[in-house]
Amino acid sequence: MITDADAIVTTRLGLRDSWTLRAHLETGGYDGLRKALSMGREAVSEEVMKANLLGRGGAGFEAGKKWSMLRKAEPVYLVVNGDESEPCTFKDHMLIEADPHQIVEGTLICAYATGASQAFIFVRGEFALGLERLTAAVNEAYAYGAIGRRVFGSDFSIDVVVHPGAGAYICGEETALLESLEGKRGFPRDKPPYFPAAIGLYKAPTVVNNVETVSNLPWIVQHGGEAFASLGIGRSAGTRIFSLSGHVNRPANYEIEMAKTTFGDLIFDPKLGAGIPGGRALKAFVPGGVSAPWFGPEQLDMGLDQDAVGKAGSMLGSGSVVVMDESTCMVRAAWRITRFFHRESCGQCTPCREGGGWLDKVMRRIELGAGRESDLDLLLDVCDNIAPGLTWPPQKTTICVLGPSIPSSITSAIRMFRDEFLVHIKEGACPFGR
Amino acid sequence: VPRLTPDNVKRCQDLIRLYPQSRSALIPMLHVAQEQDGWLTPDSMAHVSELLDLDPAEVYGTASFYDMLFTHPVGRYLVSVCTNLACLLNGAEELLEHAEGRLGVAAGSTTPDGQFTLEEVECIAFCGAAPCLAVNWRFFGNVGNEDFDRLVDDLAAGRLADDVPPHGTLCRVRRQVGLTAGGPPPVDESEGATAPQDSPR
Repeated sequence: MITDADAIVTTRLGLRDSWTLRAHLETGGYDGLRKALSMGREAVSEEVMKANLLGRGGAGFEAGKKWSMLRKAEPVYLVVNGDESEPCTFKDHMLIEADPHQIVEGTLICAYATGASQAFIFVRGEFALGLERLTAAVNEAYAYGAIGRRVFGSDFSIDVVVHPGAGAYICGEETALLESLEGKRGFPRDKPPYFPAAIGLYKAPTVVNNVETVSNLPWIVQHGGEAFASLGIGRSAGTRIFSLSGHVNRPANYEIEMAKTTFGDLIFDPKLGAGIPGGRALKAFVPGGVSAPWFGPEQLDMGLDQDAVGKAGSMLGSGSVVVMDESTCMVRAAWRITRFFHRESCGQCTPCREGGGWLDKVMRRIELGAGRESDLDLLLDVCDNIAPGLTWPPQKTTICVLGPSIPSSITSAIRMFRDEFLVHIKEGACPFGR
Repeated sequence: VPRLTPDNVKRCQDLIRLYPQSRSALIPMLHVAQEQDGWLTPDSMAHVSELLDLDPAEVYGTASFYDMLFTHPVGRYLVSVCTNLACLLNGAEELLEHAEGRLGVAAGSTTPDGQFTLEEVECIAFCGAAPCLAVNWRFFGNVGNEDFDRLVDDLAAGRLADDVPPHGTLCRVRRQVGLTAGGPPPVDESEGATAPQDSPR
């Protein structure tokens, strides 16, 4: 069902000049920051802990807990991750362009609560308009007194720097992002330490939060953590933006209450995805970014619930749902995702760097009609080398999770559509005519 | 031989002052260099390495890691067609084929007149309007073949000059202030005073 819960992070979408300070102030902007400053740091952190706000970037870790794990040392840095690159996820792109002041305000609240002395908002380099609007918003916020020395006359001082990326999917991984922010190649750091809260930017304790995550903070401060936690079910608290794309009549970002709405609602409700064009049948869908194993029609009744999706062997990930109808060649779809991972591998770890390339080549020859009968076993064997046991969540064979994400689409496609692979191999051509 | 202009050197120095460690300014500085020349010339990269006191190989090795930074010349307009999943499902491969035909070059290459470079890219986060593309990272969605032809005509005729600046120009809004949280801004060094550190308080 679609609930009547109010939107939290998309309230300004569609307002005239929604990205300006004027529009922000006319709609309660920076009131959350003012209230936070009057509450004190610990009270703000408590509200966020009570809110049960799970990170909105992909890993879904509790934001409040992340803050509480900070090593006691100075300085503390805050890095806001706006490097949205998980294929078919386009919510942060929208938030950065439409409501940059909300991100700035959330960044400031987070910096205040965590005692950060400087904040960096890392924006995916390709988001040119987003960079312009966020830079303008930061300029306005400095002039307004929301950023800088003694914010709004308080004892809180902070600088905010908008940092442009330069095009690399891997920099969405938080330790790769920190390397990139240090001016290096985006190579993920080995773990442990598992969290930048211990050793982060310049080896200092660092909070890394996604832009949608911090965009929730002004509302949480204003309305209280309990009000946020009362939305959704259990750990899947609050609302969340889901990026819906692929074969749907109304592809778009939809902010909906978590867990209560199902995948079926998202795809078929007239107010949301409004179904599949031409009334074609659903074949499969990606539930949480292309790193996630696929679901089929039998999972349509599942709620958009982080834990439920996890238990069912996939992940809600970055909140992107991609619909594939009966006209889709699943070999081609899986091959395209495989090609993406191969291309975006940073090259540090052999299973990812080489395995991704092997999988790409084998998928290519099957799709182009040169597949061999032994190829399905070969694919699964290579996948098993990258993610032993083909389990979900994957086991660690590489420094970061990019490598073990590669098998998701291939193992899903073989599990759900084995016959389609066999037809490709037997007929020496793609039955879908490409 | 192009080096960074005095104005761009000043921009780079301002960028360096925004970070606790100077190397963090490397990628933003490379964007400045790419804005100046449309791509990263060996000389501009050498200049960047001097400004940061880095080995030139470190600068090149970092630049070449990133898809947006070009160490060879590209066209005035970089046309980036997405073919990742959401676009694939909505005809992106057909669009890319059409684009290759219209521009007369294969993806990954530049038209002989140096106006257009066509490339196939990974998801550019505009999937609600698939199939989509970007020109110099300005986004165009729901692009059919006729839309593509019109876009190319408009770009070639200069009708989109305000919306789509030349390749390399990323963010046209400049940051107006340095770091201020630590106290008053540093006194101009030319007056002989010691500039306070911009390091964390």
